[in-house]
Amino acid sequence: MLRYILKRILYMIPVMFGVIVVVFLMKMITPGDPVDHLLPANASVEQKEAMRDKLGLNDPIIKQFGDYVIGVVTRGDLGTSYATKQSVAGEIFGRLPKTVFIAVWAIFISQIFATPLGILAAVKQNSLVDSIIVVFTMVGASLPNFWLALMLIRWFAVDLKVLPSMYNGTAASWILPIITVSFQSIAMTTRGVRTNMLEVIRQDYIKTARAKGQKESIVVFNHAFRNTLIPVVAGIGSGLAGMIGGSLIVETVFAVPGVGKYVADAVTARNYPSLQGGIIVLALIGTVINMIVDIMYTVVDPRLKTTLLAPSSRKNKTKVAKEGA
Amino acid sequence: MSTEKKNLLEVRNLTVHYETDEGIVEAVNNVSFDIAPGEILGVVGETGAGKTTIALSIMGLLPKPPAHVISGSIKLDGEEFLPSLPEPEGPFDFAKKGPWKAEQKKLELRFREIRGKKVSMMFQDPMTALNPVLYVGDQIAEVIKIHENISAAEAEKRAGDMLEVVGIPRERYKEYPHQFSGGMKQRVVIAIALACHPDLIIADEPTTALDVTIQAQVLQLLRNLQKEYGTAIMLITHDFGVVAEICDRCMVIYAGEKVESGNLEHIFDKNMHPYTRGMFESLPNLEEDTDRLKPIKGLMPNPMDLPSYCSFAERCDVCEEICKSRNPELIEVEPGHEVACILVTEKLAAQNNAKEVK
Amino acid sequence: MSKITTPAMVKLSKKIEKNANVTSNTPGREALKRLRKNKTAMAGLIIILIMFIVAILAPVIAPYTYTEQDYTATMQGPSAAHIFGTDNLGRDLFSRCVYGTRYSLPIGIICTVIGLLCGGALGLCAAYFGGKVDMVIMRIIDVIQAIPSILLCIALVAILGNGMWQLIVAIAAGSIEGMTKNVRAAVFMVRSNEYVNSSKSIGVSDANIMVRHLLPNAVGMIVINAVGAVSGAILSISSLSYIGVGLVAPTPEWGAILSEGKTYMSVAPHMVLFPGLMIAITVVAFNLFGNGLRDALDPRLK
Repeated sequence: MLRYILKRILYMIPVMFGVIVVVFLMKMITPGDPVDHLLPANASVEQKEAMRDKLGLNDPIIKQFGDYVIGVVTRGDLGTSYATKQSVAGEIFGRLPKTVFIAVWAIFISQIFATPLGILAAVKQNSLVDSIIVVFTMVGASLPNFWLALMLIRWFAVDLKVLPSMYNGTAASWILPIITVSFQSIAMTTRGVRTNMLEVIRQDYIKTARAKGQKESIVVFNHAFRNTLIPVVAGIGSGLAGMIGGSLIVETVFAVPGVGKYVADAVTARNYPSLQGGIIVLALIGTVINMIVDIMYTVVDPRLKTTLLAPSSRKNKTKVAKEGA
Repeated sequence: MSTEKKNLLEVRNLTVHYETDEGIVEAVNNVSFDIAPGEILGVVGETGAGKTTIALSIMGLLPKPPAHVISGSIKLDGEEFLPSLPEPEGPFDFAKKGPWKAEQKKLELRFREIRGKKVSMMFQDPMTALNPVLYVGDQIAEVIKIHENISAAEAEKRAGDMLEVVGIPRERYKEYPHQFSGGMKQRVVIAIALACHPDLIIADEPTTALDVTIQAQVLQLLRNLQKEYGTAIMLITHDFGVVAEICDRCMVIYAGEKVESGNLEHIFDKNMHPYTRGMFESLPNLEEDTDRLKPIKGLMPNPMDLPSYCSFAERCDVCEEICKSRNPELIEVEPGHEVACILVTEKLAAQNNAKEVK
Repeated sequence: MSKITTPAMVKLSKKIEKNANVTSNTPGREALKRLRKNKTAMAGLIIILIMFIVAILAPVIAPYTYTEQDYTATMQGPSAAHIFGTDNLGRDLFSRCVYGTRYSLPIGIICTVIGLLCGGALGLCAAYFGGKVDMVIMRIIDVIQAIPSILLCIALVAILGNGMWQLIVAIAAGSIEGMTKNVRAAVFMVRSNEYVNSSKSIGVSDANIMVRHLLPNAVGMIVINAVGAVSGAILSISSLSYIGVGLVAPTPEWGAILSEGKTYMSVAPHMVLFPGLMIAITVVAFNLFGNGLRDALDPRLK
């Protein structure tokens, strides 16, 4: 097990390296001279040249790339924001907790609603309840989240005046952003749970369980649901990763000072270092989540556990056998 | 059977349809049969002939919808297991809906008591019949826990015993199905089916998915255990070899209808229905030196569109004009041997007439 | 045969009459038949077709042009003259929403097609050749996948600049990752079938097998995913426009209209409501159609 986790962590390295390469390439083809953004407009040519030397912009590209990678990996150096002249890494990590807070709550809420709804719809397939749930998931997954956010603001903040329309640091101001993110996630997760459940219910081992005289509720939860856990875990992972990516829109609408809004602001202000830093950090988070999901798979699915973990032990066995011979 | 024993299972005039978007599939049509205690009945027929549907009806596990039991009676130890009330027509038939639902619920409760305890079912493919995320031992213990009022530890011990009964070491209790080979999975399935010593086991093609060598082993095991426990078996198969090996009696199903039934001698040596004959002629025979096998021509008719006459007529070698005039009825040609063929009926009637004339 | 008549039997005989000419068809024709019977899928398809007609006939349908300003009637609610109301510059929202179909629909489809061509080629190669080719392609895809797709789109637009073509490139690039994975999975499923091995064993060339055997059989799954991807692309377009990258005001793209309207939301909610509904309806239509296709092509899942 430990071996597999280690392997999975090592596997992250080339992916993140690839991301850094992509971001570096973006840096190269980004229009405009960074020096112009960092120095006051009236800076002299000499000052600019000095700055360029200092930033290493006159070095050959390979060296620039090497320095960039080393900077990112060893010092977490993601550059300097054009807008504030502050370290991008520092700014992002200061904002990260807010983004994560919304995403974790939304995942939690969506799982609470989506799992029972999905199971209910699958067990009562083709009934009225199922149709209602299917329509809900269909519509829920199709609403643009910024529109949903604006509508929620309209109802709860403008008409009912019960919740603040914008983030202002109070607990109440978290509610609308979290609802917005969870709503879409509930719709998508419910659909996923339903589809998987339908797939599992058709299997012979469900018939076997029924043929044992087992109660339908136990058949559903103990036999069927356990087999849908794998996609559920995958759903949580991709949902979390997707939400952190999607935080861009929701945080912009509600003015939540998280990473998403930081990146969105960076785009509109053409603040490239902040944008690129945001990409690296969000990609890292996504990759870590995917790694955790992969490890979780082996916990919920015994089949994977043996196929992923056994080859090494089997090799050892044959080795022993050979040595014995 | 010749001796008048009380039957364990009595199925009468069972008719089951599947209502799908494409049309109504007449899966089982007016099938009747009995199984005596401790008897092995082979049910033979092509894929799609309705064998599994009969089995699921007995277990009360038909997928409803689309399946609908149109008519019939299924009695287990004299107790009726098919609903007496008609199905409500559409969702707004409130008058019938209430009592119908109540009866369904009562039946389902009763079914749950007998499933696994009185009747067990083994499904076709051992690869998929076991839950991949549960220990095999626990899957055996489950059925014991449901039906017997004993502690969890006791149930687990008995599950371990069952593993040994089917020839799997007790130590493998805490392993997952994917760690077992196909034959071993089928042994586990047998252990589950036998765990509560049921009176009847329905085995749906228990050997089809296995290698030939393993097939023989599994059949041997099934036969031995059947003798030991005195369990009756309804063995669904499309393989006469399997029937010859372990069955007492055999019933041939074609397009959802019972076309011939009798003991092994009746079916193997004195068969009268052209379909049964055709099936034997299409089998390789070691004793006779034939150059070519003789397959039955054509395909089984679309169960959505069965003819109003003998459904085998189109494929029958000896089909005559009269065969396309009506549906054949099942007649007893000698005690325990039934055939549903118009030509056989006519011949018999002619003989009887001749006798009377004499 | 039983001679009992029950209501179900009566129903049966009627149905049998109806199904008298049940004939076996090619899988494609069967699927088409099932699709035609699927009411929700047909509803989706009809909405999509209506949207296309609206896009083509926009100048005929729209009562005003999308730039025409009427300063005497700004931010008016829905009325007979302006059924969706007017915006802060007195432009007719209905006309703007009608012209909006000329952006979201074609861009969404073009992006998906481009993404499908690039991703499809990659996925097909990865799945067919397997081994090293598969590994290299999938590692590249892993890297792209690590970056949230909307972020990738935004970053690309930020570098390329605002505009229609830049937007298309960005969204298509963002969809390559998903397409590659889908096509790869679809082909993998088909590839394990015996007929591929049997083609190989009679000496059919790799390219021939790919085009003749793998693609046609994998095409069902690919099409289903592609239809779903169109709705995703339409959502992405409007999301980008909403935060001000891609197509920006005064382009009558739905997301852009919405973005303009959000400032006035407390006094004129219709400025947000209607463009949002247009997006939602279009996306729902594509999802309905996509789901219907899946049911039709894979009857087992029904």
